[in-house]
Amino acid sequence: MLDYVTGYLNSNVTPGQAGNWVWALIYILLIFLGISLAVMGMVWLERKILAHMQIRLGPMRVGPHGLLQPIADSLKLLLKEDIIPESADKIVFWLAPLMVVIAAFTVFIVIPFGPTHAVTDMNIGILFMLGVSSLGVLGIIMAGWASNSHYPLMGSLRSSAQMVSYEIAMGLAVVSAVLMTSFNAGGSGTLSMIGIVQAQAAQHTWFAFKFFPLGLVALFVFAVAMVAETNRAPFDLPEAESELVAGFHTEYSGFRWSLFFLAEYTAMLAVSSIAVTLWLGGWLRPFPSWHGPAITIPNFWEHAAPLGAVDFAFSLVPAVCLFVLAAFAFVGTLRMPKHPLMKIQKGGLGALALVLAGIGLVLLIPPVRDRIQDIFWFVAKVAVFMYLYIWYRGTFPRYRFDQLMKLGWKVMLPMGLGVLIATAVVGVLV
Amino acid sequence: MNPVATPFFFYLLSAMALISGVLVITRKNPVHSAIALIFTLLSLAGLYLMLYAPFVAGVQIILYAGGIMVLFLFVIMLVSVSRVERESQFNKQWLVGIAATAALGVLFILVYAKGKSVFPERTVQLPEQLNTQQVAVWLYGTYMLPFEVASLLLLVAIVGAVVMAKKRI
Repeated sequence: MLDYVTGYLNSNVTPGQAGNWVWALIYILLIFLGISLAVMGMVWLERKILAHMQIRLGPMRVGPHGLLQPIADSLKLLLKEDIIPESADKIVFWLAPLMVVIAAFTVFIVIPFGPTHAVTDMNIGILFMLGVSSLGVLGIIMAGWASNSHYPLMGSLRSSAQMVSYEIAMGLAVVSAVLMTSFNAGGSGTLSMIGIVQAQAAQHTWFAFKFFPLGLVALFVFAVAMVAETNRAPFDLPEAESELVAGFHTEYSGFRWSLFFLAEYTAMLAVSSIAVTLWLGGWLRPFPSWHGPAITIPNFWEHAAPLGAVDFAFSLVPAVCLFVLAAFAFVGTLRMPKHPLMKIQKGGLGALALVLAGIGLVLLIPPVRDRIQDIFWFVAKVAVFMYLYIWYRGTFPRYRFDQLMKLGWKVMLPMGLGVLIATAVVGVLV
Repeated sequence: MNPVATPFFFYLLSAMALISGVLVITRKNPVHSAIALIFTLLSLAGLYLMLYAPFVAGVQIILYAGGIMVLFLFVIMLVSVSRVERESQFNKQWLVGIAATAALGVLFILVYAKGKSVFPERTVQLPEQLNTQQVAVWLYGTYMLPFEVASLLLLVAIVGAVVMAKKRI
């Protein structure tokens, strides 16, 4: 058993390519679990960060600093009555949330969390991602129509118009990044997600900084389009609560509504991962080709390959991050009010600090450390984009619909087209 | 890797495509028909994947399932469904229908009878990795002119639509 596990861990292909369906299943379960946990974390973080931006406290009651709030939220959603409107189209009403969730989760099949940490590597990876993530809009349209009510229909009409418009700008930005993969020394371009990151490693640069400023402009176009694609502020017109109650999911409640919620956050994670993979080097750490002087550390830190000082320093970052988090939790425990009612909360936060520190210690073990680095850097970059999502929501006022369309067709589309042409021209000339 | 459970997936996808294809014409509600059509298109994409044509499968999902069907649903949603449901569903053009069906049947029988000699015994399995590159080489190399002519046709269609939709340009 253990031999089987280590035997796979030492191989250098994704389970999908190796045809190893046991490991593929394990990866799928791990990703599903990880995404669901990340969504729960995102919900808490979003409420907390938005609250702090508006000088409020945010959730404080359930658990220390509201840490258990997502669990309370999801319990509430599961226990709520599941209402299907009398005049709704039952089958389509039932199918719509499923469609949205499946489209959002299927995308993660090809996302590379590391050189081997993907369910599979497809030849058409990025094409597959764009295609499947565009299926989500079908679910939204179905939801709006099946509700047989005015606000949802308006919301889904807005959503489909918006997503179809911004998909074009998004696609053009993606094509310019794919074009950059072909400017290898004698190499050919690729659509595979792992291939794209490997091309960035081979060209010693993240594509965001290639042909400065072309890569950055393409990333900008994509970053704007992806906010519009996921129906988030400032482009959240499909669910603008001041105009449309809740947009396409007005008539949904309980578990079905939570599926829409889950799908929205999953789609946010998915498009952020596309942006990270295409422009920010995927699993590569910052300065991936800078190794520093070779060092040897005896005993516990022994390393098979010659180890650069910079490599070593970066490999310690995940553990250090967890130690810092643990320190925060520990300080929070010490600063808890000394009241008998706070005993449980205090104990909980203290236990959290211990767990975080324990995970940090595990991450220091050399084999674990080397395996976890890629995933850590990928997740860290995605987390930056997720924070940006919250930041946008706290900062920008909502666009009017004609402004949104004007921005999509008259600014983003020409910009994407210009970047694509400029990238091609520069690539031929250089 | 070697493909796993190929016959199972072939029959599954074919059955899905056929059943939802039949649903497209038998459903009275146009939205239900459109949704059934989405499933037909998706299972066709799966079949393309099984034929080692990943690029075609990806484009099928992006263009048909993701793009064209969105526009279909967009238009259908604006149609009053209650009025459509009262109209008769099938055209009464028996003669043309029977002729077309007979022609198709003859074609099927011919393919079944003569197929073995016309089509190669086994298709050459292109390595999956090369498919997209091959499509690009042929489209932008060998068949450059026809491809550009086709895109010009699309451009004409777009311009025509704008001219027809706008009174003053």
